[in-house]
Amino acid sequence: MHTLPQQLANGLFLGSMYGLIAIGYTMVYGIVQLINFAHGEIFMTGAFGALTVWTNLPDGTSIWVGLPLMLIGGAIVSVLIAIGAERFAYRPLRNAPRLAPLITAIGLSLALQQAIFVWYPGADNAKTFPQLGTHPYHIGSVDIQRNDIFLVAAAVVCMIGLAAFVRTSRTGRAMQATAQDPDTAQLMGIDTNRIIVIAFAIGGLFAAVAGVASGLKYGQISYNMGFQAGLKAFTAAVLGGIGNIYGAMLGGLVLGIAEACASAYIANIPGMEQLGGQGWSNVWAFVLLIVVLLVRPQGLLGERVADRA
Amino acid sequence: MTALLEVEDLRVAYGKIEAVKGISFTVEEGQIVTLIGTNGAGKTTTLRTLSGLLKPVGGRVTFNGKVLTRVPAHKIVSLGLAHSPEGRHIFPRLTIEQNLQLGAYLRKDPAGITADIQRAYDLFPILGERRKQAAGTLSGGEQQMLAMGRALMSQPKLLMLDEPSMGLSPIMMQKIMSTIVELKSQGTTILLVEQNAQAALSLADQAHVMEIGTIKLSGSGQDLLHDESVRKTYLGED
Ligand SMILES: Nc1ncnc2c1ncn2[C@@H]1O[C@H](COP(=O)(O)OP(=O)(O)O)[C@@H](O)[C@H]1O
Ligand SMILES: [Mg+2]
Repeated sequence: MHTLPQQLANGLFLGSMYGLIAIGYTMVYGIVQLINFAHGEIFMTGAFGALTVWTNLPDGTSIWVGLPLMLIGGAIVSVLIAIGAERFAYRPLRNAPRLAPLITAIGLSLALQQAIFVWYPGADNAKTFPQLGTHPYHIGSVDIQRNDIFLVAAAVVCMIGLAAFVRTSRTGRAMQATAQDPDTAQLMGIDTNRIIVIAFAIGGLFAAVAGVASGLKYGQISYNMGFQAGLKAFTAAVLGGIGNIYGAMLGGLVLGIAEACASAYIANIPGMEQLGGQGWSNVWAFVLLIVVLLVRPQGLLGERVADRA
Repeated sequence: MTALLEVEDLRVAYGKIEAVKGISFTVEEGQIVTLIGTNGAGKTTTLRTLSGLLKPVGGRVTFNGKVLTRVPAHKIVSLGLAHSPEGRHIFPRLTIEQNLQLGAYLRKDPAGITADIQRAYDLFPILGERRKQAAGTLSGGEQQMLAMGRALMSQPKLLMLDEPSMGLSPIMMQKIMSTIVELKSQGTTILLVEQNAQAALSLADQAHVMEIGTIKLSGSGQDLLHDESVRKTYLGED
């Protein structure tokens, strides 16, 4: 259970989830230089959207039939909330001092948590989420759960799709232009408001996929699940270089693997017996962030700020 | 005949501070019109308002028979008004070719776009040699060529150039100025903003001198080139 390959695999799974959520932070930041602190709640509402679909399917529906429908339901909820937040909360503050949208984001985050807590039936406790089955696959000494396979496959599909979209589509090119120089992008005829909406929508879509994956992985979801996941994913985005989509995924994986290894091995170091285990993994995640930022303030794949001007 | 561009009593403010205080001028089709003036006179503010990046607090802009004042910035280029901004503002992490393609963002004729990219390379061969290179790696003069080439990719009726000679070597400046004349001969109307008054006046059909948000003096390029006050203030003579 504590072999190195197992820990690397655990880190890979966790990191895939962080990476999927981190994309939402990084895309929005890359285009409007806004940290959408409500993004963790967009992830959370995606999970609840998916659960709503599952709850309304006829009894006995196979999870393999339900899963695609849950993904669609979760995506619709997350994307609508992300777009709505942009349109009604952030856009009016586009030219306001930086602090205003930040406070708005935090307020929105709390409002979304409370909305689910109060209005979603039974959400004052954790809600049980359907499972893909409990028998793990064994590859050598490594146990792999079905939900982890789903998670990694989803992350790979999302990343390849996003990279192809950004690199080859006309809208993707417009997105790059908007990120590099929004005023000049408008001079080219690019509707930058539309590009911003698309960035929020893609972030919402990926957050919903991560929300479903999280529900499958932990077997339950809760109104406050977005707080910690969001914070970790934001850390991953900064670690990888905020604004860079590949950085978000890389940051997620590095963070996930570091966390898994730290909780498994730190306690083996003489004198640090107290500092291992699950409880300390968050601490090590932030230690890693601080160390990386000391050495590379722009993050692993980030451009230096001077290059952005 | 009505002018291609008509600016009437245009006023633009940053907050409470008015940077353009009611200016009027026209640009006739086929002409080179220049706005000269010292730093801070309001030239850039004027161009950014014409292309919709700034909203005026008063006045009216008519381009090709259409009132521009309420048109959002991203819809203006499709009306035939292109803007090569001050400081070049190429997209640094995209290649030269991708920058040029973005200049044609709203066009739907792939064959025509390819032909026009080739034309830009003919006009500025260095761009063709480096087409796959990130635009941020170009020198200042090369970036200026790219900015001009990119603005031309929309096949504009009116090309607005904001300080195309800024920071360039004399040779590079010559190249840019001769290109402007060549573009005029090919039928492009040009609104040129320059601090280099000598160069701008010598090729302009019409010229306007801006000073702290107003137009102080107007005339043909040649007239202003020989005007005593202009020579004193802008051509460094005493
Ligand atoms: N973004 C801005 N915010 C506030 N004031 C500005 C801004 N841009 C320019 N100004 C002011 O507006 C005036 C005109 O500037 P500008 O149009 O750039 O002049 P020019 O291009 O002729 O050098 C100047 O006084 C300048 O300080
Ligand atoms: Mg200027």
